[in-house]
Amino acid sequence: MLFQTKDLKFSHPGQKEYHFQDISLDRGESLLILGKSGSGKTTLLNLIAGLLSPHSGSVVLDGTAINQLDSGKMDRFRGENIGIVFQKPHLLAPLDVKENLMMARYFSSKKGQDADELLKELELSNKSHSPVNQLSEGEAQRVSIARALINRPKLILADEPTSSLDDENAERVVKLMQDQATKIQAALIIVTHDHRVKEQISNYIEVKSV
Amino acid sequence: MNLFKLSWKYLTFRPLSTGLNVLLLALGLAIITVLLLIQDQFEKKMTQDAAGIDLVVGAKGSPLQLILSSVYHVDFPTGNIPMNEAVRLSRSRLVKQTIPMALGDNYQGYRIVGTNHDYLSLYEVGFSSGKAWEEPFEVVLGAMVAEKSGLKLGDTFTGSHGISVGSHDHDHHDFRVVGVLEPEGNVVDRLVLTSIESVWYTHDEEEPAEEETTSEPSEDQDTDAHDHEHQNEVAEHADHDHEDHDHEEEDQGHDHDHDAKFHHPVAKSGFPKTDQDRDVTTLLVQYRSPMAAVQLPRMINSNTNMQAASPSFEMSRLFELLGVGIQVLEGLAFVLIAISGLGIFIALYNSLKERRYDLAVLRAIGASKFQLLILIFLEGISLTFLGALLGILLGHSFLSILAAQNEQGIAAGLEAWTFLSAELWIVIYALTVGVLASAIPAWSAYQTSIANQLTRK
Ligand SMILES: Nc1ncnc2c1ncn2[C@@H]1O[C@H](COP(=O)(O)OP(=O)(O)OP(=O)(O)O)[C@@H](O)[C@H]1O
Ligand SMILES: [Mg+2]
Repeated sequence: MLFQTKDLKFSHPGQKEYHFQDISLDRGESLLILGKSGSGKTTLLNLIAGLLSPHSGSVVLDGTAINQLDSGKMDRFRGENIGIVFQKPHLLAPLDVKENLMMARYFSSKKGQDADELLKELELSNKSHSPVNQLSEGEAQRVSIARALINRPKLILADEPTSSLDDENAERVVKLMQDQATKIQAALIIVTHDHRVKEQISNYIEVKSV
Repeated sequence: MNLFKLSWKYLTFRPLSTGLNVLLLALGLAIITVLLLIQDQFEKKMTQDAAGIDLVVGAKGSPLQLILSSVYHVDFPTGNIPMNEAVRLSRSRLVKQTIPMALGDNYQGYRIVGTNHDYLSLYEVGFSSGKAWEEPFEVVLGAMVAEKSGLKLGDTFTGSHGISVGSHDHDHHDFRVVGVLEPEGNVVDRLVLTSIESVWYTHDEEEPAEEETTSEPSEDQDTDAHDHEHQNEVAEHADHDHEDHDHEEEDQGHDHDHDAKFHHPVAKSGFPKTDQDRDVTTLLVQYRSPMAAVQLPRMINSNTNMQAASPSFEMSRLFELLGVGIQVLEGLAFVLIAISGLGIFIALYNSLKERRYDLAVLRAIGASKFQLLILIFLEGISLTFLGALLGILLGHSFLSILAAQNEQGIAAGLEAWTFLSAELWIVIYALTVGVLASAIPAWSAYQTSIANQLTRK
C-alpha cells in the first residue's frame, strides 16, 4: 500500500469532532472524495497534506507517518512527495510560468521532471515565459497542475480543481491529472462535488458529518 | 529559482514603491556620505595647508578673512602692511621664521603669490620640471594650474589685476614659467608662485601706463575709482608721495636703471632688498617658543597697525559656525532615513496582506516557515542595500561635481572617489534599517497558518 489513513479525528476549535473514514490507495490509483458543502472534505484533504495535524489517527505515505514529522521536515516532505492543486490556481504573480515551476523545484532536493517536457505535455510550451496574470483560467489551472507534478510527487491532491472551469477544460484537467498520475505512478485524490468529474473517475468515498 | 531571486522578483513587481523607498534612503545616505567625505578631507586639507604656520600677520580687518586669503587663498586679502613694520616684527625674539607674501593678482583665476623660497620649503614641494624663480617675473606653477592652463616651461603669460578672472590685464611685463611643481594635494597646486619683486614691478609699471590712457573720456571718469580700487590690491602699497617720486625717476632713468633691476636676482629668503618704502600683504609666522603664542598676537594687535590671526583658532571657529549647518543637514538625513525605513515597513506590511496567499502557496509547495521569514528579510535587506549603494554613489558624484565646479576655490582637489571605511558603516547602518523594517512583516509571515489561508476564498 502506497498511501493509508487510519482513524483520523479532527475538530476545528469549538466545533464538533470529525471522524474520517479510512482511505488506502496504491500507486496509480485514483479516488474521489464527495460530500455536501461543509461536510469536511477540505478539512480531510488538509489533514492528508499535513497542513493540519489530526487529534488522533495516522497518515502514512510510502512508509512515512507524516503526522509525526516536525514542522520543517513536514514542509520539505510535502514539497517533495505531495503535489497539491487548489480550487484557484494560486500562481505567484511576479514570476512567469516556468519560474513558478522552478520555485517548487527549489524547495525539493529530489530530481524532478523536466520542466519544459512537462509544460509540453500540458500544452503550455508556448507560455513558458508568459507572466502568469496573462493566462486564461484553464491555462492557469494547468500551470498549477504542472507545479504540483514537477517534483514527481507520490501523492497528488486536488481540491475542487474544476469548479471554475467550463466543461471542456474541466474534462481536460481531470484527464491530465489521471494521465500524469499514471505516468509517475502516484496516487490521486480529488475532492469535488462536480458531477462531470464523477463520469471520469468511478472510485469514491463520501464524507458525512456524523 | 531561489529565495534571493524570488525576493528580487517581488521587489521589482512593485517598482514604484520599491523605487521611492530606495530613493528616499539613498538621499539620506548620500547626505551622510558627503558630510563624512567633506569632514574627513576638508579638515585634513585644512590642517595640512596650515601646517607650519603658527600665525598670520596682515592688515587690520576680519581675522578669518586674513586666514582664508593668505593661507587657503580663497577670500580677498584684507589689505597691505608696510614692509618695514613687517621686517621689525620678523626680528622679534619670539619669532623663529617669517615668510612675507604679496598677493592680489591672478592668472585665469589662479592666484599669483609673490613670496620667497621659504614658502616652497614650508610645503616641501617637489619640482616635476624646472626650478625655483631667480629673477623678477620668473614664476613656478602649481600642478593644477599647469594642467588646466596648459602652460609649460619657457611659456610666458600676462597676469591680471585683482584675484578673480576678468580683471584687466597687466600689459607690460610677461611672466615666464621656469618651474612646474609636482601635485602636492594641497593649496600650492592651484597657485602661481613668484618673487615679491615680480608683484611689485608689475604694479610699478602699471601707473604710468594708466596715466597715459586717461585722455580717453571713459577712463577719465574712472580715475578716482581706479585709485581707490588699487589700494586694496597688493603692491599698490606705495603711498602717493612715493609714487610721484617713482614716476619722476622712471621718466629720467627709464632706460638703464629700470631694466637693470629686472635682472637682479631676487631675495630667496627673508625680505626683498629695497631702499624704497614698499608694502607686503601678509606675513606667515612661525613661533620660536610656546610662549610666543601667548605674547605675540596680543602684542601685534594692540601695539601695531597690523592684525595677527592664528589659523588653527580661526579654522576651529569656522568649523564651529559650519557645525550648526552640518547638524541641520545631519538631522535632515536622519529624517529621510527614518521615513524610508517606515516606508519600507509599510510597503512590506501591505504587500504581505496581498501575499498571504502566496506565502501559503509557498508553504504548500515545500517552503518552511523559516524560509518565508528569510524571504521577507531578504526583501527588506536588498532594498536597503540598493539604497546604500545608490546613496554612496550619489554622495561621491555630488562631491565630484562640487570639486569640478570649484576648481579655484576651497573645494578644489577634494578627492571625490576615495572611499572611507566609514562608508562601510553606512552600508551596515542601511542594512540595520532594512532588518528593523522587515522584522514585524517577517515574523507575521513566519506565523501564517497555511491551511486557513488556502481554504479561505
Ligand atoms: N479554520 C476553521 N476554523 C473553524 N471552522 C472551520 C475552519 N475551516 C473549516 N471550518 C468549518 O469546518 C466545516 C468543514 O469545512 P470544510 O472546508 O472542510 O468543508 P467542505 O466539505 O470542504 O465544504 P465545501 O464543499 O463548501 O468546500 C465547516 O462547517 C467549516 O465552517
Ligand atoms: Mg472545501
